[in-house]
Amino acid sequence: MEIGLSHYLVVAGALFTIGVFGIFINRKNVIVILMSIELILLAVNINLVAFAMHLGDLTGQVFALLVLTVAAAEAAIGLAILVVYFRNRGTIAVEDINVMKG
Amino acid sequence: MSVVSLFFYLFSCVLIASAVMVVSSRNPVHAVLFLILAFFNAAGLFLLMGAEFLAMILVVVYVGAVAVLFLFVVMMLDVDFVELRQGFLQYLPLGALISAIFFIEIALVVGTWQLAPDALAMRKAATAMPVDAMNARALGRVLYTEYVYFFQAAGLILLVAMIGAIVLTLREREGVRRQSIPQQNARTKAGSMVVVDVPVGQGVSNEGVFRKDAAGQKV
Repeated sequence: MEIGLSHYLVVAGALFTIGVFGIFINRKNVIVILMSIELILLAVNINLVAFAMHLGDLTGQVFALLVLTVAAAEAAIGLAILVVYFRNRGTIAVEDINVMKG
Repeated sequence: MSVVSLFFYLFSCVLIASAVMVVSSRNPVHAVLFLILAFFNAAGLFLLMGAEFLAMILVVVYVGAVAVLFLFVVMMLDVDFVELRQGFLQYLPLGALISAIFFIEIALVVGTWQLAPDALAMRKAATAMPVDAMNARALGRVLYTEYVYFFQAAGLILLVAMIGAIVLTLREREGVRRQSIPQQNARTKAGSMVVVDVPVGQGVSNEGVFRKDAAGQKV
């Protein structure tokens, strides 16, 4: 059976679901939540590139490149915030991050 | 089974398995290493889809920068990860249920989805995949001409992220002597030299101008 668009879409869907599942089950660990977000963005990229292949349109790859950029920036900022938070509070448990709660 | 399908199933199976290991691994260092494996296999899928440049960028940027950044942070923070795992089994059934529903929905959409017959003709800004040029060259052609503003915006995002990360994590350490060039230039003979009239036979210890203790008292 020829590998087509729907194969890649199913893989990307599974990857996206695993990312969401990771956010659900690791509700205390910010680092694993950030890694789950990376997985979700990777699934989005696979979708974009798969559609670019299927439609013969290079625009999808350009957008995948931009998503990659934003994902890298997001990881850098998120980890910087995490380091500063750990320095100030000594923990990274998610339920302790409630300083701005009214 | 052709070689392409063989590699597709290999890459996607390892990708999904390592993604599962990322979210369920007990040790966060192992999770980061499985994340690297997932990125490598996604790069393989990109290669199969004909996006060679993006595959290489994925390896360079994600494995070389982002995953190493995660590894640094995981190893640098002295966190009790066992404590953070409490409640893992408590959230497991609900998370599995919601994820299963979500995946079934996505599969239903993918299974019944079809391209409208006249959709391809209705595209406004289609950039045809060139057959004569390599992927990297073709991507460069459109990226530097048609999408140059997006390209600049991406550079700006990276610049802001870099400045933000540095500003967030920079701190003034106490007790570190830094070189101060204005202070060095402003030194004069009068401010840094003392001429002592030493009494004969007593030495300089009574004058006490040469040594100071930690509190700045002359000894």
